[in-house]
Amino acid sequence: MSESKSLLELSGVGIRFGGLVAVSGFDFSISTGELVGLIGPNGAGKTTVFNIITGVYAPSEGAVRFSGSSINGLAPNKITAFGIARTFQNIRLFSSLSVVDNVRTALNLHLQTGMFGALWRGRKFREEEHRVRIEALELLEIFGLAKMADAPCRSLSYGDQRRLEIVRALATRPRLLLLDEPAAGMNPTEKVELMKLIRFTQERFGLAVLLVEHDMKVVMGICQRIAVLEYGRKIAEGTPSEIQKNQRVIAAYLGEEVVDA
Amino acid sequence: MIRSKSVLFLMILLSTVVSYVFTGHPEPSWPIAQIDDYVLNIIVLAGINITLAVSLNLVNGHTGQFSLGHAGFMAVGAYASAWLTQVRGKEFLAALHFCDAAAPVVAFLLATIFGGFVAAIAGFAVGLPSLRLKGDYLAIVTLGFGEIIRVVIQNTDSLGGARGLTGVPIRTTLGWTFAIAACAIYVAASLVKSTYGRGFLAVRDDEIAAEAMGINATKYKVTAFVVGAFFAGLAGALYAHFIGYITPEGFNFLKSVDVVVMVILGGMGSTAGVSVAAVGLTVLNELLRQAEQYRMIAFALLLIVLMILRPQGLIGDPVRWFKARRANR
Repeated sequence: MSESKSLLELSGVGIRFGGLVAVSGFDFSISTGELVGLIGPNGAGKTTVFNIITGVYAPSEGAVRFSGSSINGLAPNKITAFGIARTFQNIRLFSSLSVVDNVRTALNLHLQTGMFGALWRGRKFREEEHRVRIEALELLEIFGLAKMADAPCRSLSYGDQRRLEIVRALATRPRLLLLDEPAAGMNPTEKVELMKLIRFTQERFGLAVLLVEHDMKVVMGICQRIAVLEYGRKIAEGTPSEIQKNQRVIAAYLGEEVVDA
Repeated sequence: MIRSKSVLFLMILLSTVVSYVFTGHPEPSWPIAQIDDYVLNIIVLAGINITLAVSLNLVNGHTGQFSLGHAGFMAVGAYASAWLTQVRGKEFLAALHFCDAAAPVVAFLLATIFGGFVAAIAGFAVGLPSLRLKGDYLAIVTLGFGEIIRVVIQNTDSLGGARGLTGVPIRTTLGWTFAIAACAIYVAASLVKSTYGRGFLAVRDDEIAAEAMGINATKYKVTAFVVGAFFAGLAGALYAHFIGYITPEGFNFLKSVDVVVMVILGGMGSTAGVSVAAVGLTVLNELLRQAEQYRMIAFALLLIVLMILRPQGLIGDPVRWFKARRANR
């Protein structure tokens, strides 16, 4: 796995908020085709790592490289343009738009025509609008949402909204997909569905997927490799079975064993 | 899609023809023989208000950035254009002597466009630093900007200071007013109705998600602000050359509120609804002339009631409404 050149590489990444060290000395990498989980107790810095990768925060130290170029401190929209897409823990769809328009919006990144195209409405613009709609519908079709394309996205069920968020993220044509606690608020059946969905997405689009998740069943079930954070430091990394046996991880989650003297 | 563009050109052509037919001559006069002066006044004001409301709607409605400074941009447009046609009127006309008889009209049009551009530049200058603020904070900054513009003009003697600028040539016709209103409607509607334009709505719905989807939210917000300011500037220029007399007081905070009320009443984000509301409120204002001093109280009450009972606006989207009706039949 580590033989192939990694897609995303974080080396010695750290961030401080005032005096608080949220993440420090974090080394991590992920290659195309990998499905990696990032776990840790509450407040361990998982979301902060996420926010550093997606450009919400600029790291105070260390380097973030994506397919060879540094993306340190770039604005979120620039990082998305590089090929990193994400979903949100609490669904953040564009609530006033229809299902297909949510996807179209994400295709904006690859438009040839801009504001003046939209005003002039020439042939090039019309052809592109047509192409964009087709592409959006095709993506929706893959995830079984094409029937609802013109419905307001608010009218979708919770599971479908999660699905739409993934479709929307895919529309930016990413190479790395970051999923922020996708199983939050799901029942066991939905979680099984979700696991299938994530694996399917990864294989269908040949992506690298980084998953931040609390639900151990989901993480252990689909991830090939897991990194564990505690107090902003990586305490373990390995396959699910390695992680399950790791004493430090168990201690981090369940506390140290107290041996009576 | 082609249709909407041809409709725009038709409308502009039609309104230009109408203005020529009624005035008989492109000479400076809005009075029209056939229509009562007073009614015509109201129609032109309604047209100017449509331009104002539709352009503010691009910022407040579609992009979701609450601006309270629209009157400021209107003032910039009004004064910039009047500076060309009145303060520097003689030189400007002389420079256009090659246009012969059409020189006054050409001067008016150039001045109007100039007003729009100066307002757009002001919009860029104000928007770039302030659009990182959200909600109430942005409202306060834009409100402050509007007041600054007003006070600066008040203290600029070459623009007439607090006394105002008199003798602005009266050249705004019904045709030009509605040609520009049609442009504003077209620009707003076609911008939003495109994949590019969905970005405005995305920024309004969820800025963080929009950024994560590769949309440059700042750029979109500034664009909306600049385009909005441009049309506010055009509206200001039309107004200046319609009344012939502008004062800084005429572009105070209450003028901004007037436009905001139109946008909210018409339904934020609905170009058609906002246009209808602009016409409705212009007419209502005239009908309630006698009760002028209670106008702002009535507006405030109206807004409160509306926000509670019908936050999507009184009118919402007439186009969608008609479509739904047809579909139901």
